[in-house]
Amino acid sequence: MAETISLEVFRYSPERDAEPSFQRYDVPLRKDWVVLDALNYIKDKVDGSLTFRWSCRMGICGSCGMMVNGEPKLTCATFLSNYAREQGPLRVQPLRYFPVIRDLVVEITDFMTKLQSVKPWLIRGKEKPISEGEYLQTPEQLDRYKQFSMCINCVLCYSACPVYGLDPVFIGPAAIALAQRYNMDSRDEGAHERMDILAQHEGIWGCTFVGECTKVCPKHVDPAGAIQQYKLTATIERFKSFLMPRGAK
Amino acid sequence: MTETRQPARYTEYHPRWYRSRVSTWWWLAQWPYLKFILREISSVFVAWFVVVLLLQIRALSRGSEAYAAFERWLQNPLIVLLNMITLFFVVFHAVTWFNVAPRAMAIRFRGKRVPDFWIVGANYAAWAAVSLVLAWFLVRS
Amino acid sequence: MDISYHDVLLVGGGGAGLRAAIAVAETNPNLSAAVVSKVYPMRSHTVSAEGGAAGVIRPGDTLDDHAYDTISGGDWLCDQDAVEIFVKEAPEELLRLEHWGCPWSRDSDGRVAVRAFGGMKNMRTWFAADKTGFHLLHTLFQTTFKYKSVTRYDEWFVTRLLVDEGRVQGVVALQLMSGRIQAITAKSVILCTGGCGRVFPFTTNASIKTGDGMALAFQAGVPLKDMEFVQYHPTGLPFTGILITEAARSEGGYLINKDGYRYLQDYNLGTPTPQPVLRNMELGPRDRLSQAFVKEVEKGRTTDTPYGPVVHLDLRRLGEKVINTRLPFVRELCLKYENIDPIKELIPVRPVIHYMMGGVHTDNDGATPLAGLYAAGEVACVSINGANRLGSNSLPELLVFGARAGKAAALAAMEQKPPSERVVSQALDEKLRLEQQFLRKTGGRERIATIRSEMHKAMENGAGIYRNQTSLQKAADKLRELRERFREVSLDDHSLTFNTELLAALEQSFMLDVGSAIVESALHRVESRGAHQRTDFPARDDRNFLAHTLIFNNSDGSTRVKPAPVVITRWPPAERVYGVQSEVKQTAAR
Ligand SMILES: Cc1cc2nc3c(=O)[nH]c(=O)nc-3n(C[C@H](O)[C@H](O)[C@H](O)COP(=O)(O)OP(=O)(O)OC[C@H]3O[C@@H](n4cnc5c(N)ncnc54)[C@H](O)[C@@H]3O)c2cc1C
Ligand code: SF4
Ligand code: FES
Repeated sequence: MAETISLEVFRYSPERDAEPSFQRYDVPLRKDWVVLDALNYIKDKVDGSLTFRWSCRMGICGSCGMMVNGEPKLTCATFLSNYAREQGPLRVQPLRYFPVIRDLVVEITDFMTKLQSVKPWLIRGKEKPISEGEYLQTPEQLDRYKQFSMCINCVLCYSACPVYGLDPVFIGPAAIALAQRYNMDSRDEGAHERMDILAQHEGIWGCTFVGECTKVCPKHVDPAGAIQQYKLTATIERFKSFLMPRGAK
Repeated sequence: MTETRQPARYTEYHPRWYRSRVSTWWWLAQWPYLKFILREISSVFVAWFVVVLLLQIRALSRGSEAYAAFERWLQNPLIVLLNMITLFFVVFHAVTWFNVAPRAMAIRFRGKRVPDFWIVGANYAAWAAVSLVLAWFLVRS
Repeated sequence: MDISYHDVLLVGGGGAGLRAAIAVAETNPNLSAAVVSKVYPMRSHTVSAEGGAAGVIRPGDTLDDHAYDTISGGDWLCDQDAVEIFVKEAPEELLRLEHWGCPWSRDSDGRVAVRAFGGMKNMRTWFAADKTGFHLLHTLFQTTFKYKSVTRYDEWFVTRLLVDEGRVQGVVALQLMSGRIQAITAKSVILCTGGCGRVFPFTTNASIKTGDGMALAFQAGVPLKDMEFVQYHPTGLPFTGILITEAARSEGGYLINKDGYRYLQDYNLGTPTPQPVLRNMELGPRDRLSQAFVKEVEKGRTTDTPYGPVVHLDLRRLGEKVINTRLPFVRELCLKYENIDPIKELIPVRPVIHYMMGGVHTDNDGATPLAGLYAAGEVACVSINGANRLGSNSLPELLVFGARAGKAAALAAMEQKPPSERVVSQALDEKLRLEQQFLRKTGGRERIATIRSEMHKAMENGAGIYRNQTSLQKAADKLRELRERFREVSLDDHSLTFNTELLAALEQSFMLDVGSAIVESALHRVESRGAHQRTDFPARDDRNFLAHTLIFNNSDGSTRVKPAPVVITRWPPAERVYGVQSEVKQTAAR
């Protein structure tokens, strides 16, 4: 086995270290190895204390997000060979803008709380009994929200968002995209309920369209698009309730 | 509903998080971030433009003498420079908005999403048309 | 020691756990339900299911057809009363999920679309593009937010069950983030921890599928059932084990050997037709397809790669449009993980461990023989899967039996008094054990990774697609040795914060228990049936083995096996036939 690649991995132990540091490891460079395989190699063969999350290794569970050479990436979908020709070692760091629990593991309770706050579930005025079958929905209607329903909650988009970085009060890209996923669902009747939360300053208006969230999203969810769409809706609704103070709701 | 108004919440019991500090120069790291900061700064200039507009209206209401003075003031090289910067930012905003437009308005035609290119194109076309009409007015008068 | 109190505890936040949690909340909103999961619930392995979920909704299809397909697919080892419940409730559950917002794929009239699936006579598999499990799990997860009575313990690892006075009273769990070890008590506990594919080296299962719930129950004296039946999926990508869904074949993909020959025709799986035919050739059941692969290897008609022999899946003939609209995820996986474009190239595939038919012994309400303990989902064995699960039966199983177990556990909890005091001292003992055995121990000679890879080898060689007395005995001996050596394990990591190495150690010890249960059960069954193929006993033996295998853990660590009867209601055992001989309606898949 000739070829190797150097990794520079962020290490931090809250019990031992005052400050984080970087540790360097050389791992075999294989064509079909992703960054996550390299980390697992280190954990199995070199240092069992290296700490990171992963599960599916097929880009669907959303656990393995990290900063790879400064960019938020799913490490199970990032080939080592893509970096083989670059100068210097490959830098692996925890996702940016989240507090670090240890090594490459970040604390995402904040995201979970925000996700929950936008009411990402189907809201109906009146439920149809199961015995009456499904709510009809044409493929076109499905298509309207489909893209936003693809979010795997990997939070890469939060790490790409300077607005969130500067002020973590911002609800952030994925949560807004998921709210919009239900707003756009022809079966849903909860848009007004969600509006109260989203139309706050920390909701959609926090976003000044940097657009990086959409670029880093591994599932092509386009959260930036969702936010802009929602801004438009919110403005129109505002206008409507301004013109017809009572009738709009 | 103010559920999200509180600062970020994290779990208790953990010994100590590490929070990285955002460097003062983070916005130089990437072009999109720089654009973001520029847009933020631009608010100053947009405010300036509003001030100019208000001054202009005031001058107008005080008669032709005052308006002439206002026009002289406008020719001050410093003011011209300031206004040019403002123009730059306003155009920058317009371009940003046009490029965002297809994402904000997922327009559908016969069940298919209209390609971004057409929406952006339509915006620019409308802009050009309005500018032409304006130019025509200016030239004529 | 901290201690928290709930009424119903769900161990596991996958499809089964979340469905059960909702069932508890809907049965009685005053009950406190807690979901304990070692990963955030939406990361659970249900997320990676691709193909779909079976439930009868189309005119022309009947519950009896679905039941028959399931029972014959399971080689008559399914409990038929359970299957009847299952097929009846599956459509209701899938509809309920639709009402909660699941983005099922639709026909142009707005109705839910169904597709064909391996081993199913009629089209009845609901799907959400090829990310069915993902949408199902996220829909369930987001729906649980609605219920205020559901508490979550995200990233908490259950290390043991608390049993006192003959009933389960809660669990001991470790919070990953802080290292806190505490008792979480409850009046009923439902195990929903999923399968155990990681006992084998080559699997579609995520790293978290280590059979924890099976081992937890086993150690508490609850029998495991039919553990010898481990399903291989015939089409996994080599190296990564990523699954290429059956849908790729039901859309019309061919399986070919190195000569480009559709080899399945040589193994009693029907005759090749240009268009896919249900239960024929590529749409035969998984066990038979995987077995055919081994025979092809023996005949030297497979292609050798660095990751062992492979055959190829040919999708090229479907064309770009079909692949992009019906199988986008398959294409994405091939491109992203193997650098192969199925529109232009053949996909190398081989059988990989996919699903555990066996599991914790339960009745039709998910109740185990231990009072207060329930199980649902892949961890459980009701059994509706018998000797071989049909594709797309597992997701509806999670829903149907998750809901039933949730309801039963909730009703039982309402009758139950609070936990006894003694469980606190049990929890303290467990805490001490974890500290002494792992966190404070230094100087052991063994590495977890070594034990893991030796276990993998033993399982694959001993209890793979084909087994026999010698191979199984060797595996059993090896596992015994590994269990000895496991005591000598020491960790690099002694930290309390997010100690993933400690987790790996606990999981490894669970896997050794589960592995032994698989091997011992397989030794006991001296016949061939479904996924359990013994070269030394190649025929099915209904006289002696139309029975479940129950395996018990003795207190001294040895095991004992006891048969239990199979419930037969309306479908007496017959031969499993596939291909043109079966009285299948020759409907093309689409
Ligand atoms: C690649 C793939 C594709 C599949 N495709 C299909 C398909 O198309 N159709 C179909 O019907 N079936 C399919 N299956 C099978 C099906 O997805 C699984 O059987 C099913 O999802 C299992 O769900 P579950 O809820 O039982 O467990 P899981 O979803 O695996 O959840 C287990 C839960 O238990 C938790 N847990 C485990 N151990 C512990 C512990 N010690 N402490 C705390 N928590 C713990 C985990 O955190 C997790 O939340 C597929 C399986 C795979 C692997
Ligand atoms: S929107 Fe995209 S980047 Fe953000 S969490 Fe969802 S999948 Fe990840
Ligand atoms: S490991 Fe699941 S997304 Fe990477």
